[in-house]
Amino acid sequence: MAFYVVQFLTGLASAASLFLVASGLSIIFGVTRIVNFAHGAFYMIGAYIAFTLTERLSGAFGFWGSIVLAALAVALIGVLVEMVLLRRIYHAPELFQLLATFGLTLMVEDLVVLIWGPDDLVGRRAPGFKGAVDFFGQNIPSYDLFLIALGPVVLGILWLLFQRTRWGVLVRAATQDRDMVAALGVNQKWLFTSVFAVGVFLAALGGALQIPRDAVHHAMDLRIIVEVFVVVVIGGLGSIVGAFVAAVLVSELNAFGILIFPKISIILVFLVMAVVLIVRPWGLFGKPEAAARKTPGLTVNPWRPLTSNERLASLAALVVAAMLPLFAGNYALTVGSEIAIFVIFAVSLHFLMSVGGLASFGHAAYFGLGAYGVAFLAKMAGLPMIVCLLLGPLLGCMGAAVFGFFAVQLSGVYFAMLTLAFAQIVWSIAFQWVSVTGGDNGILGIWPEKWAASPSHFYWLALGVAALVTIALRAMVFSPFGYALRATRDSLLRSEAIGINAKRIQWTAFVIAGTTAGIGGALFAYLKGSVFPDNLGISLSVDALVMVLLGGVETVSGAVVGAIVYKALNIWLVSQTDLSKLVLGGFIMLIVVVFPKGIVGVLEMLAQRRRKASPPGSPLIAKPIESAE
Amino acid sequence: MKLTVEGLNSHYGPAHILFDIGFEVGEGEVVALLGRNGAGKSTTFRSIVGLVAQRSGRITFEGKDVSAKPTHEIVREGLGYVPEERRIFTDLTVEENLEVGKQPKRPNAPYWTREKLFALFPNLGEMKNRPGGRMSGGEQQMLTIARTLMGNPSLVLLDEPSEGLSPKIVEQMVDAILTMKKEGVSIVVSEQNLHFARLISDRAYIIERGRICFGGTMAELDARPDIRDAHLSL
Repeated sequence: MAFYVVQFLTGLASAASLFLVASGLSIIFGVTRIVNFAHGAFYMIGAYIAFTLTERLSGAFGFWGSIVLAALAVALIGVLVEMVLLRRIYHAPELFQLLATFGLTLMVEDLVVLIWGPDDLVGRRAPGFKGAVDFFGQNIPSYDLFLIALGPVVLGILWLLFQRTRWGVLVRAATQDRDMVAALGVNQKWLFTSVFAVGVFLAALGGALQIPRDAVHHAMDLRIIVEVFVVVVIGGLGSIVGAFVAAVLVSELNAFGILIFPKISIILVFLVMAVVLIVRPWGLFGKPEAAARKTPGLTVNPWRPLTSNERLASLAALVVAAMLPLFAGNYALTVGSEIAIFVIFAVSLHFLMSVGGLASFGHAAYFGLGAYGVAFLAKMAGLPMIVCLLLGPLLGCMGAAVFGFFAVQLSGVYFAMLTLAFAQIVWSIAFQWVSVTGGDNGILGIWPEKWAASPSHFYWLALGVAALVTIALRAMVFSPFGYALRATRDSLLRSEAIGINAKRIQWTAFVIAGTTAGIGGALFAYLKGSVFPDNLGISLSVDALVMVLLGGVETVSGAVVGAIVYKALNIWLVSQTDLSKLVLGGFIMLIVVVFPKGIVGVLEMLAQRRRKASPPGSPLIAKPIESAE
Repeated sequence: MKLTVEGLNSHYGPAHILFDIGFEVGEGEVVALLGRNGAGKSTTFRSIVGLVAQRSGRITFEGKDVSAKPTHEIVREGLGYVPEERRIFTDLTVEENLEVGKQPKRPNAPYWTREKLFALFPNLGEMKNRPGGRMSGGEQQMLTIARTLMGNPSLVLLDEPSEGLSPKIVEQMVDAILTMKKEGVSIVVSEQNLHFARLISDRAYIIERGRICFGGTMAELDARPDIRDAHLSL
């Protein structure tokens, strides 16, 4: 019995940090409507700075002073980020905001390694809380008891701040109606900045308080952000009480899940999340969102099928691509195959995101499932390659069918967070279920059969599939199904009012996109000869998002161009620098801020301007907008 | 002149909504902006306070050009705005809604305290701690006006204050607007309801499809039934 009580208390102690970070995320979202992906990065910087300060400053005051000082320093960094980056994108679609803050996260990951090195850092114990308390023969670290008390205290302080101060009243008002607050003479800019500073302070404090419990390392940001997303989805985005309750719930599920499913404890948390989302899609303490803003698309340009000249041009480009083996070496052909595979992956996400308006942040899950599907069939069942290629993507299809069913119940940022969380589950299973998936070692030795073994043959195979997939998805955009899907994207209510079963259409689109991604993954397994958990990791999901964005979200097939440019750039970059995340992160932020229409979008606009004498009012480059609709 | 609007053009995306809108408001005057649904009354107000991003033209308030300023700075100059849809903060109590509107005292404008506003709108005083979401339409309308007055404006843009209110509440609204006028607040009031406008206004402009097509005193408007019938639905 005592053991379970201790386990419960350990869970409560873990909840404290989780609550701090989650409440910060919730507060920022409430006012700015930005889901701050970089929140985990701020948590991590908080831990690193606190580590450095506690090493330098001695004594009890030095330790606690360091913790607070670290959080304040990170809050200051947050203020800079808000003023330089976020102010430019408040009126951009939410996908762009998520991506920009993700780019920031990538940069921070490389920066902390540059500054603090790649090794885990073990911090000091807190003065006065070094020992443990005996509880019926079980030990509880006294620092855990401190954290257990801290959670409710912070909750109380936040409550007072929001209920009893003018700042709190303004923040609550802005949470509901930003423009109206400005129309009453309140400077939104500084309100947003201060809210962001408070949110980041909480995240950094959460990180700093972790150093006596856990080692500081450069991957702690992604781990916390996924948990935090789960917490705010369960608790309700924007609710501080919800963040508290959900943080406790998730931490306890983790604490006891270890006892029940030691290998795959994370599943328990996600099962609970799934149940909550079915019963209350806006979370336990959240409020149903008013009609969501449109996810992609800054302007509306009606889509049209290609003209016959454009078709000929595309065909010519394909023929040129098919002639690559005539003059390129093996390395170039392998790169070419990889690019073709990523074209498949990118167009599948593009279909879901641009046509369906559903920006998935975990699309790599279905790519990776396709790869694992092939690996299982080839290694365990020993099936021939062609059968594996045909059946392997079915695993992606099944994954998309299950997760997609839940995901399409939500929209906008909730959808993005949920798809990310689902992808993390799949990743965790692949990583933790060593007996089946090989864990971190992956599954090796999946080589193509003789007919596809040579680089040129495999390249033709990949290119052919990529072309077929692109044509098929394009055809679907201009089919009745495509029209229905676009209708649900543009107005869910109106499309339902004319008899479209919106959820089913979106679910179907999700499954189509997931299956297509699985096809890419299946080819990828044969290209690399192996499958690893990274094939379904977050960074791969983000690669896909960047490809779509780079090509142009509003275009019909921009993802093809985006994938080619991005993948070629990426392969080149990785060969050139060790700081690829830093460069990539900067690149993502650059696209989002100055180049939001993507390559194809800009080309289309230029072509349109040439055609029409009088250009429409839309500017080529997104400008920071003071206030708009 | 208290407020001068010249050559105001506004767009929503590709759609051109306002065409060279121009009008003026004198010190202490109540001016009505009349027009049908969709004529451009609300867009005119929203453009003046900078809530429409794509706008051009010159807006001069108390001799200062405010056309390029962000919304909160325009409002802080003493130009209050009461939106059409009321836009009460539904989660906030009456007191808290008023708190959001609070701005420092202004030398050239009447100074409003909570007590003074509760005297102007007695209903509000009886529900100080009620959340805005649990108030009737009429009470919400009073609260939006009171909230804007907390900023001590010298001029108020009132967007369709009588819309959807019962006749009894409309009467209270007329009284409140006349009190505001007596205190020295200049007012621009947009209306579809000519009877209501006549009770409070000194002059009127008529707006139709984004263009001003009449400007004059109420008596001049009454002398032109043709204009009235062509542009206002009665």
